[in-house]
Amino acid sequence: MIRFGRDVRRRLKDRVMAVLALACVALALIPLGSIVYTVVVRGASVVNPEFFTQIQPIPCSPGANLTCTQGGIGNAIVGTFLLLGLSSAIAIPLGLLAGIYLAEYGKGPLVFAVRFFADVMTGLPSIVMGLFIFATFQLAFPGFVFSAIAGALALAVIIIPFVARTSEEALRLVPGSIREAALALGVPKYRVTVRVVLSSAREGIVTGALLAMARVGGETAPLLLTAGGNSFYSVRLDQPIAAMSLVIYNFATTPYANWNALAWGAALLLVVIMLGLSIAARFLLRHRFHEQRIRG
Amino acid sequence: MVFPFRRGTRRALLHPTGSSWGDLLFRAGSGAAGFAILALLALLAVVLAINALPSFRAFGFGFLGSTAWNPVRDEFGALPFIYGTLITSAIALLLGVPVSLGIAIFVAELSPGSIRVPLTYVIELLAAVPSVVYGLWGLFVLVPLITTYVSPALQGALGFLPIFQGQIYDRNLFTAGVILAIMIIPTVSAVSRDALLAVPQHQREAALSLGATRWESIRIAVLSYARSGIFGAVMLGFGRAFGETMAVTMVIGNRNAISASWFAPAQTLSSIIANSAREGAAGSLELGAIVELGLVLMLVAFLINVFARFMVWRFLGKREGGLE
Repeated sequence: MIRFGRDVRRRLKDRVMAVLALACVALALIPLGSIVYTVVVRGASVVNPEFFTQIQPIPCSPGANLTCTQGGIGNAIVGTFLLLGLSSAIAIPLGLLAGIYLAEYGKGPLVFAVRFFADVMTGLPSIVMGLFIFATFQLAFPGFVFSAIAGALALAVIIIPFVARTSEEALRLVPGSIREAALALGVPKYRVTVRVVLSSAREGIVTGALLAMARVGGETAPLLLTAGGNSFYSVRLDQPIAAMSLVIYNFATTPYANWNALAWGAALLLVVIMLGLSIAARFLLRHRFHEQRIRG
Repeated sequence: MVFPFRRGTRRALLHPTGSSWGDLLFRAGSGAAGFAILALLALLAVVLAINALPSFRAFGFGFLGSTAWNPVRDEFGALPFIYGTLITSAIALLLGVPVSLGIAIFVAELSPGSIRVPLTYVIELLAAVPSVVYGLWGLFVLVPLITTYVSPALQGALGFLPIFQGQIYDRNLFTAGVILAIMIIPTVSAVSRDALLAVPQHQREAALSLGATRWESIRIAVLSYARSGIFGAVMLGFGRAFGETMAVTMVIGNRNAISASWFAPAQTLSSIIANSAREGAAGSLELGAIVELGLVLMLVAFLINVFARFMVWRFLGKREGGLE
């Protein structure tokens, strides 16, 4: 009788634990669902041509006798893409070169150190990277602390170690036999790397670059200390520049209804762009694995 | 000497790989890029240290234990921010780790193979949402929810604890901790799922063959086997919560004070930097103090990450342990 009771308890516990694990999954999906729902519902109401082309409106305080205009975040959209493009142009070649070094020449304790600390750097808080560029500019170029170039550099510092590690992983997936075949034909190693290995690992490298952009496209804290934000259109590298993430922060923390609405619109656009980048990266990755499975 | 090969082959054989100029240049170039990463990390520490020097000269190690923050009288201390950072991270781990472990167990051990991959993608979407969007959502959705329902309920049920006493502010430590808990779930669940999947199948089979139920085999044979990997995952989550800035800055209330109550506004290392760095003039003691806070943040985050990576790498092997 007692043994029977214990068995029932054990089975019951097994079931309860399975249900609890499932409940954890559900619990994590609730905030995700809520975020997506509120961002879409509140953001969609301001998405129209004005939103993409205009700059910020006069704040519309409750009770004031002003006609409220919606305005837009055109300057911030331009700013975000400029910062992303500039930081990628700096970071992706450098990160890719470092990844080649790790994958193709990767032996010895120093290479291990580069790999390990690249991983550690991807885990450092982004605001530390922003503070680093901020402090560097305070020391070296005090006039340009808040500028597009400072913002791009801060994002680049965040991207470099990430791109280095993702491209290393992509290069490592290229079978050694391909390298050996090319080397056996008498091709110098650097040409094997550039023409054979890099082109085989193309999708993986592009995936890493896209994920890196998705990672920093929504960064706010480092830009707060470097890009600085701008209420107007600007594409000058030596001037402060607007960004969508800064718009969200600045407008969400004000009491003005029309600014809050723009923050939600900017959040919707930013999330769509970031998710688009992530999904594009996933699609490329799956495509590649699919090919490999067919070949293998 | 007659050489019976085509020109390219002959050149390759006469100049073995590694000795040509192209190879040397390429190797040097990529090597320089690799070491640029190490140099960047070193430069980061040096630049922050130089900027923090005025503050370190003025306050020494007493900076870490002081609660002053008065730009007018040039008195600065780090304690309230260290306290805020530790408490919010602790709440995040307290709430986020059990949920993440539950997800990892479900995905790795219980779910049918067909929903494993889509479920993983969906959880990873949580990581793709920018921090500032979490802050926006927190400000307009989570803050009212917690202030109206959760906090009063906690105060009613557990009000005898000092952490749940006192006035309930709408932006406070607790809300910041809850947002951080949501934000660390993708990291902690993904890395601990990898740790669980790395447990050899015979571990489970051995436990099941002894008559263990599925939960017993997970607890005895899987979780205990993977504990160092899971510990690494928790540390990675801690590192993320420790340095997270925007979402926290938007919901924590930004008050430089130490309160026992979790319902009181506070400030973290990262939120004070985000709030005040722009105000410090170059060379001022205030800027030095803010950069010194950044240095503290960086050093602790660095140590947490070194430790976490080490644990995860050791458990998963060098190949897979790399990226989140």
